[in-house]
Amino acid sequence: MNFVNLHSEWLRLLTPELIVVITALVALLADTVCLRQQCDCIRIKAGSIIVSLGCLIAVAWLSLYPANVHLQMLSITPTVAFIKQVVLGLAIFTALVTTRFTKHIGEYFALLLLAVVGLMLLVSSKNLLLIFVSLELLSVSLYAMAAFEKTSLASSEASLKYFLFGAMAAAFTLFGMSLIYGITGTLDLGDMTAKFKDQSIEPVFYVALVMTLVGFAFKLAAAPFHLWAPDAYQGAPTPVAAFIASGSKVGSFFVIARILFEGFGGRTGSAAWGNFLPGWMPFIAVLAVLSMIVGNVAALLQTNVRRLLAYSAVAHAGYALLALFGKNQAATTSALLYYVITYAITVLGAFTVISVVEQGNKHHSDLSNFAGLSHRAPVLSICMGIFMLSLAGIPPLSGFFGKFYVFTTTIGGSENLRLLWLVVVAICASAVSFYYYLQVLKQIFVNQAPEQSAPIEASPVTQAAIVVLAILVVLLGCLPNLLLGQLESATVTPVF
Amino acid sequence: MNTLPLLTILTLIPLAGGLLLCCLGGEQKNLARKLGLFFSFVALALAAFLLCQFNPAGGIQFKEQANWVPGLGIQYHLGVDGLGILMVILTAVVIPFAMLGSWKIDRNPKLYFALMLFLQSGLFGTFTALNFFHWFIFWELSLIPAFFLIKIWGGQNRTSAAYQFFVYTMVGSIAMLVSFLALNAATGTFDFATLAQKAQDKTLSTEVFAKLHFFKTPETLMTALFIGVLLGFAVKVPLFPFHTWLPSAYTEAPTGTSMVLTGIMSKMGVYGFLRILLPIFPDQTRALLTPLLWLAVATIVFGAAAAFAQKDLKRMVAYSSINHLGYCLLGIFAISQATTGTGINAAVEKASALNGVMLQMFNHGLTASTLFFFVGLIEQRSGGLRGLDDFGGLRKPAPVFCGLMGITIFASLGLPGLNGFVGEFLIFKGVFSLATAAAIVSTLGLLITAIFLLTMIQRVFCGPLKHNWTQWQDLTIAERLTAAPLVIAMFLIGIFPQLVLGIINPTVVEMVKLLNN
Amino acid sequence: MLAWTIYISFIGAALLMLLPANKPGLSRGGALLAALAGLCVAIAGVLQYHGSPAAGGLADIINIPWINALHVHYHLAVDGVSAVLVLLTGIAAVAGILFSWNIEKRTNEFFALYMALIGGVYGVFLSFDLFLLFVFYEIAIVPKYFLIAIWGSTRREYGAMKLALYSFVGSAMVMLGLIAAYVVSKSSSFDLVTLSQYPFPPSFQNWAFLLVFIGFAILAGLWPFHTWAPTGHVAAPTAASMLLAGVVMKLGAYGALRVAMILFPAGLHTWQTPIAILAVIGIIYGAMVALVQRDFKFVIGYSSVSHMGFVLLGFMTLTTVGLSGAVLQMFSHGIVAGLLFAVVGRMVYDRTHTRDLNELQPMNLNKVIPFAATTFVIAGAASMGLPGFSGFVAEFQIVKGAWQAFPIFALLTGVGILIGVAYTLRVLIKAFYSDDKNPQPLAHPLPPITLPEKIGAVLLLTCTFVIGIYPRLLIDLIVPTLNSPLFAPLVKGGVS
Repeated sequence: MNFVNLHSEWLRLLTPELIVVITALVALLADTVCLRQQCDCIRIKAGSIIVSLGCLIAVAWLSLYPANVHLQMLSITPTVAFIKQVVLGLAIFTALVTTRFTKHIGEYFALLLLAVVGLMLLVSSKNLLLIFVSLELLSVSLYAMAAFEKTSLASSEASLKYFLFGAMAAAFTLFGMSLIYGITGTLDLGDMTAKFKDQSIEPVFYVALVMTLVGFAFKLAAAPFHLWAPDAYQGAPTPVAAFIASGSKVGSFFVIARILFEGFGGRTGSAAWGNFLPGWMPFIAVLAVLSMIVGNVAALLQTNVRRLLAYSAVAHAGYALLALFGKNQAATTSALLYYVITYAITVLGAFTVISVVEQGNKHHSDLSNFAGLSHRAPVLSICMGIFMLSLAGIPPLSGFFGKFYVFTTTIGGSENLRLLWLVVVAICASAVSFYYYLQVLKQIFVNQAPEQSAPIEASPVTQAAIVVLAILVVLLGCLPNLLLGQLESATVTPVF
Repeated sequence: MNTLPLLTILTLIPLAGGLLLCCLGGEQKNLARKLGLFFSFVALALAAFLLCQFNPAGGIQFKEQANWVPGLGIQYHLGVDGLGILMVILTAVVIPFAMLGSWKIDRNPKLYFALMLFLQSGLFGTFTALNFFHWFIFWELSLIPAFFLIKIWGGQNRTSAAYQFFVYTMVGSIAMLVSFLALNAATGTFDFATLAQKAQDKTLSTEVFAKLHFFKTPETLMTALFIGVLLGFAVKVPLFPFHTWLPSAYTEAPTGTSMVLTGIMSKMGVYGFLRILLPIFPDQTRALLTPLLWLAVATIVFGAAAAFAQKDLKRMVAYSSINHLGYCLLGIFAISQATTGTGINAAVEKASALNGVMLQMFNHGLTASTLFFFVGLIEQRSGGLRGLDDFGGLRKPAPVFCGLMGITIFASLGLPGLNGFVGEFLIFKGVFSLATAAAIVSTLGLLITAIFLLTMIQRVFCGPLKHNWTQWQDLTIAERLTAAPLVIAMFLIGIFPQLVLGIINPTVVEMVKLLNN
Repeated sequence: MLAWTIYISFIGAALLMLLPANKPGLSRGGALLAALAGLCVAIAGVLQYHGSPAAGGLADIINIPWINALHVHYHLAVDGVSAVLVLLTGIAAVAGILFSWNIEKRTNEFFALYMALIGGVYGVFLSFDLFLLFVFYEIAIVPKYFLIAIWGSTRREYGAMKLALYSFVGSAMVMLGLIAAYVVSKSSSFDLVTLSQYPFPPSFQNWAFLLVFIGFAILAGLWPFHTWAPTGHVAAPTAASMLLAGVVMKLGAYGALRVAMILFPAGLHTWQTPIAILAVIGIIYGAMVALVQRDFKFVIGYSSVSHMGFVLLGFMTLTTVGLSGAVLQMFSHGIVAGLLFAVVGRMVYDRTHTRDLNELQPMNLNKVIPFAATTFVIAGAASMGLPGFSGFVAEFQIVKGAWQAFPIFALLTGVGILIGVAYTLRVLIKAFYSDDKNPQPLAHPLPPITLPEKIGAVLLLTCTFVIGIYPRLLIDLIVPTLNSPLFAPLVKGGVS
């Protein structure tokens, strides 16, 4: 294939990303050139409309031109396309619920879309280097966005911590990747499996494995690489925190699954009780167990809702990682993706509600601020109730089915129920988590509102967005086939 | 025979009356009393009718049988033989008199009379049932009205008396229930006749032991079950040492309730012995004969001795009830023993004793309730006093009172010519041959009873008249009319015992035949 | 048709939430309407089942595929045991609403939560797919929490949280067992009948049975996992205690019977005697503790623990008569406990504002509120197991079954019944008929017993009396079902 053809192939495949990039530039230009004089509300509205339109076009393009192509560095399958659509959808919601926290509105939207591009490339690539590059694109955009609230000390601190941790983790990953290149001689995930099978077991492989995964574990906020999460979630501006919690998680989980299954497929190992074999499974098991325990125990002590959500994110990362123990790729992927996608929707909704309750002042996200919310904002309270209960795992919400499906996949992943111990830990952790989610609900529904409570104002768009997300959570919980069907039809063809 | 379910109707009449009374307003006190009395008279009339229709030699009559919960062996099975009809008549007679004795109750008489009627219904149900399930329903349900009658209208210590009464009886009942459930679990039936038949055929113990793997031998298992059922009745009669609830309960209860308690409810226990315990557990009774006999003797002697030591008239009568019922128990235990080859005409002696037992049940019902009635009158007129030493010489201002109460006391004593004598005589005649030593010791009881009853007459009626009683009112017309039928009955039965014996004798002969096998 | 009980309840709940908060009359009327409709449908449905050719066995209501990935079906069906409990739910629902007529605070939310709880309970009793059963079971947890936390009395937040956590832990245990069963049976199906026929290996059954049974039995008040019950009942408002003790505890017992005992008969036989011992301990312990309580409601709460001990003992006898007694006891205790809590909570506490027996003693309540006193006499008689009421028939069947299986326990049960007599009598005398020497006239006269309370009391009293006199009404439903193929392994294998 000659140069032009190859690149036209590339361009065709990467059209969605191109669309998003163009949208980013348009948003930046529009804001800088035309809208500087307008008030912030109009600039935000304009920006979000541009972003939404652009993303919608990209989503449409993905639906209209399905592809199943494996090129040198890219691998675009229907599953990948679906995930891109999900990420774009999350970005649309994030843009719609943006509040006024900065003067640099155009830059903000541009950075958001660049992060989206990073995510889209991340899930499309099967070359370690491209994965790293897109990971960095995503991360740097997010670091910058986290610092956007210039008037807030917490925002700068959050961004700095996020950046320092992230940079360190990225360094580890890069080093791990170079070790892998040294062992196998290739950076392509598809070729790596074969090379690993030939090799005898060497300690350096495990070093490489662990170091590579550190970066991703950081992105997932899996313990013990989660220390950035509470501060970032608390300090970053709300829409940014929402996107960090939702969008970047979806992509990162998919990539980690891809790396582990496609790249390290030959060195699975086993985490079965009493039958530990070295490989990536025991390492993931350790990550998962640590995350579940640390996340839930720490969340018990929180009085700030954002920090509570941060630690709960750590815990949920642990639950989601359990899906990786499934019997085969198809089962694993659909359980993992269902869980992560519904989690992203839920957490996005929760953060939006928090932003409404905060009314722009970061210090208002303490638990006590939610007291009596059911009288002040009944619809929002019910939606928040739905989000919290879904995170706790109460049927008929999607969080429940997600957990149930993941646990079933995990237990089914080995003979003789040897992976049961993982699920036992998960269930105990779940039971603990019920307590702190109930605390939030208790504040909202049981406690009385204080005398001088400010009225809750929310723009109609924001309210509509929250309600739509809540309805999605309930719908996907009652009729999981809607999402599972999509995932399954996408996984008819090989997943990666 | 009639196709009307007469026994069911008999049981339901007082129930309906009670419910009707509950609907009355609180101010219509007189109406409530009259209505209550009316219903009890209706029941009396129906009972009298049943008596006329009753054929003593006809076995179980007025039968009613229907399926209730067939899966559990529960049938609606009613019927009366001589014993049953005797108890039905006793109930039908004593309740109206108890109501008349309660006429002066001023606090919520509507509820009082309604509870009396509910109690009567429960008693009718107990005496006509032939299947354990609904026999037990009525046995237990009769506790509730009695509890409230004591609790609400009783004396100073009524709460603890009522509490003790209820709990004690329940302990016995539950032991009985658990034992019967074991029997039912093994045999699948609750029917008294069927179970008795199995006991006769000697198949019961093997059947039960085969199904329930408990205890080492069939004999031990059956003895354990026997003790459970025994407990239920022993508490009710009462048998020494299960009697401790009785003195408080009888004393604290209001007059009418004491009349019913002593007149009928204690007979429930004796009835239970005769209808249930002896037919179903003959061998076990025989095995434990000696301890049981001597417990009966203890009841007799202790009851009399304790009565002698009392200073409160009502308590004296209460303890003397224990004593009189001890004679019934003595007779029952005596007839259960094996007598083949002992050279006595067992059938005759046993028949005599059993006749005496049933007659004593009826007689004591009449005399004891009348005695409580009079003590109640004393208490009313004296403004709450009823100590033995509080009175004296009441013969002068109230000669009729003294006369009628005196006759009752002599009947209770067992003076020949009055009804008490015949029953006690028959019992002793039978028991003397069957269990001589026990009979001899029990005569001690007769002696002590004579002493304290005569003391009662002497202290209350004879001797110097205390000045505060000079205005003592003699019996009013209403009170004379109330007491007269009872006193006349005492004479009648004393002189013509055949009136009662004619009804019960065929049943007695049947029972003795079964026991003699 | 019976499925409409579920739908009516949930639709009612949703509609009630939409009612304005300041019109309590509307909410009450609406809730009563919904509950009555549910009861009528329940009665009609049960009659239809009784007359149908499927009577005695399983009658399917609806069975459609729901979640293909896990072979879950939306399968509702009814058999004799379900029918009896559905009737209980209907009656208890109506009675509870009648006794909550005086709720003034946030009435529409109260009744909405109440109807949601009822809907969940109906769902559990009618589900024959394990996933669906579990979903309804968990749905019932959240309304309970809010009903107690918002409208309860003594230490309500603590009591509510304790109840919610215990329930959640119990259901977590059940979830583990269910997933394990699904996986071990080669992931064939979640259908109850199908799984009941699968030959699970005995070693698996031994621990799976214990896990699932204890998980359900926690909610049934099995000693020593019963400690949530007294606290929870005391903290709850009257209608919630009526439902908690009357119906929700039966959910646990029903789950233990329907799921644990039917799926794992071999495990059941292993654990038959230990669980019977625990049941007997519960009977006697509950009764003895009730005997010494100072708080009226605690007496009733502990008596519930004692009565549920009867149910569990009946289960463990594994005889038709014992199981029949257990199911009948579930119905009977549901009604009687409802009555007792109604008297204590609504008639006494709402008027006198105290539940301390020492404080109630001087009030001579039988003269002040004679209707309450009479109701309590009859309810107490039924609770004691006095013949003529439903409790007697149930207890006597259980004792009969115990004679066949564990004779010594039959004797101990007799002791338990006796202690029951003692504590009921004690509380009756102290609270109502004390005839105190120093009566303290009340500061202000108590409001008279209202019409809704009278109707509710008469309804419940009639039920217990009718079943006591003519138990065939229910026994004809229960016994044929116990002889059906589904229950055959239970009864056959036991001592009979």
